[in-house]
Amino acid sequence: MDNQKPIIEIKDLSYTYAATEQYALRSINLSILEGEYVALLGLNGSGKTTLQLCLNGVIPNMVMGEMEGEVIIDGVDTFEYPVREMAKTVGMVFDNPDYQISQLSVAEEIALGLENIGTSYEEMRKIIAEVLEYVGLPGYEERSPYALSGGQQQRMMIAASLAMHPKILAMDEPTSNLDPIGKEEVFAVAAKLNKERKMTVIVAEHEVDVMAEYADRIVVLDKGEMILNGTPEFVFSQVDVLQKIGLRVPQVTELAYRLHQNHSIQTDGNLPVTVDGAEAMFKSLIGK
Amino acid sequence: MAEPIVVCKDLWHTYSGGIVALQKVNLSIQKGEIIGVVGQNGSGKTTLVKHFNGLLKPTQGIVLVDGEDTAPLKIQYLSKKVGYVFQNPNHQLFARTIELELQFGPENQGLTAEAVIERREKAIEFFGLQDIRQSHPYRIGFPLRKLVGMAAIYTMQPKVFILDEPTTGQDNVTTRTVYRLIRQLRDEGSTVVCVSHDMILLAEVVDRVVVLRNSLIIADATPREVFSDYEMMQSTHLLPPQITRLSRRLKEPYGLNRAALNVDEMVEDLTLKLSKVAVERS
Repeated sequence: MDNQKPIIEIKDLSYTYAATEQYALRSINLSILEGEYVALLGLNGSGKTTLQLCLNGVIPNMVMGEMEGEVIIDGVDTFEYPVREMAKTVGMVFDNPDYQISQLSVAEEIALGLENIGTSYEEMRKIIAEVLEYVGLPGYEERSPYALSGGQQQRMMIAASLAMHPKILAMDEPTSNLDPIGKEEVFAVAAKLNKERKMTVIVAEHEVDVMAEYADRIVVLDKGEMILNGTPEFVFSQVDVLQKIGLRVPQVTELAYRLHQNHSIQTDGNLPVTVDGAEAMFKSLIGK
Repeated sequence: MAEPIVVCKDLWHTYSGGIVALQKVNLSIQKGEIIGVVGQNGSGKTTLVKHFNGLLKPTQGIVLVDGEDTAPLKIQYLSKKVGYVFQNPNHQLFARTIELELQFGPENQGLTAEAVIERREKAIEFFGLQDIRQSHPYRIGFPLRKLVGMAAIYTMQPKVFILDEPTTGQDNVTTRTVYRLIRQLRDEGSTVVCVSHDMILLAEVVDRVVVLRNSLIIADATPREVFSDYEMMQSTHLLPPQITRLSRRLKEPYGLNRAALNVDEMVEDLTLKLSKVAVERS
C-alpha cells in the first residue's frame, strides 16, 4: 500500500458558494488510496456534501462559487475535465432517491448514463442485467422505480452508477430515509463492491456505530475544516474533540472512555469502537 | 390514575383489493405516555397510526380517541385532538414565512386574531424559532424545517402528537434537540407517538415500544423488555443499540442482571463489577 498512488488527491482545497462569505470548505488536504472505505462525519452544514460534490467536478464546474486548490481524481484535475466524463470515474448516490429518479422503468433509469456515453443497445441490455444482478435486483428491468422500496431504490441508484464502471462510489447519507432492512441492504452492497471490486467508497453518514463497523478511515469535518483523519479506532478515541464539536462517538467507545475517566479501567491507546472490539477488551479485563 | 387516550379493540384494517394491513390489534395508550412504534416498511405502522387521527377507519373493531369511537367522526374533528407530523416537512409546509405557517392551523380552527398570535408565539418559543420567524420555510435547513413541521401541529394544541420518523435527516446535535422537545411535549401533558427506527430514541426517550410485523403487534412492552428479547428483534430485522448488544455479550462473563439501555447504565453496571474484581485481586 505504501507506494500506491492515491485515487483521490485533494490539495489545499477551499470553497465558498456564490453570494456567501463563509468558507464551505477550508484548506482541505486529503489523499485516499484505491480500495479504501472512507466515512465522512460532521454535523449538517460541516461541508460533507460540498466535499463530495468536489469529487465528481460538479464543483467547480456546475455550481457557482469560488474554489481554491486542486482536486485530482484518478490522475485528472477536476477543474479541467468535463463533469460528464467524470461520471465514468465517480458514481454518486444521494440521500433522497426521489431527487435522482427520472425514468419510468428501472432499465431506463440505468440506461440514462450509458446512452449519454453512446453505448450500443445490446451492450446496454447486458450491462443493465449485470448491474441489477450485482445489487440484488435481478429481473427488475421493467419495474417502475417508484414502486420499489427505499432500499431497492438506493440499490438501483448504485446499479446506475455501476453501469458506468466507476472507480469511486460517493454516497451522501444514502440510508437516511430507509428502514433497518433498507439500510442493511445498501451498506452490504457498498461493502461488497469495496471488497470484491476494490472500489473506493466514500460515505457521508451520521450513524457512527455503523461506520465504525464498515470504514477503514474516518474523516471528520467541522465548519468546513478537516479536524480529524484516521482509523475509526484513532478518530473515535478523540472523544473530547468530537464531543466539543457536537458529534457523538460509538456507544461502546463512550463507555470505555468513561470507565477510564472514573478509573475503573486503564487504557493507554485507542478505545474499542465495535461491539466485537469492546467484548474482547472487557472479557480480557476479567481474564475471560 | 392512568387514563387511556387512544384505545384499539380488535382492530383490523383491510385495504380495498384485499390486503390485510392490520389484524387483531389491541392497544391502549395512556395520557402522557411516549410510545414508540417500530417495524419494517409494510409492517402496518403507518396504517395503525392513521387510525388515531381518523385518516383511516377500522374495517373491523373499534378505535376510541379520548373516549369517542372514531367510526362516525370526521377527520376535521379528530385532527384537533390528534396531530400528525409528517416525516418529510416538505409535504406539510406551504406558507411564505414561518410566522404565517404557524398561524394557519389556529386560523383554520376559527380562533380570534389575538388567540392565533398567542398560539404562534407559544410555538415559536417552545421550538426556539425566534431567529427564523420571518424566513421562508424552504430557505432554512432540513433539520430546522422538521421542527417547523412539529411547531405547526403544536399551534393546534392536539392532545396526541404522532411524529413520523422525527429524527431522520437530523445530525447528532439536532437529534438531541428533538429528544428534548418530545420530553417537553410530554411534560406539558401531551401524549406522543413516535413512529421511528431510531433505536436510541426508542431506548432512551420512549416509555413503551410497540413492535409490528406483518400486520400484527408482536411486542408491546418497555424498551428494556423489548430490547432484551433478541430473537424477537431479529425476527423483524431490528438491531438494538450498540450498548445493549454489548451488555448482552457481557451478561454472562460479568454477571450483569439487566440489558443496558444507555451508556450511563452500562457505566454504572461495569464500574461496580470492575471494582469487585479489583478488590478480589488485591
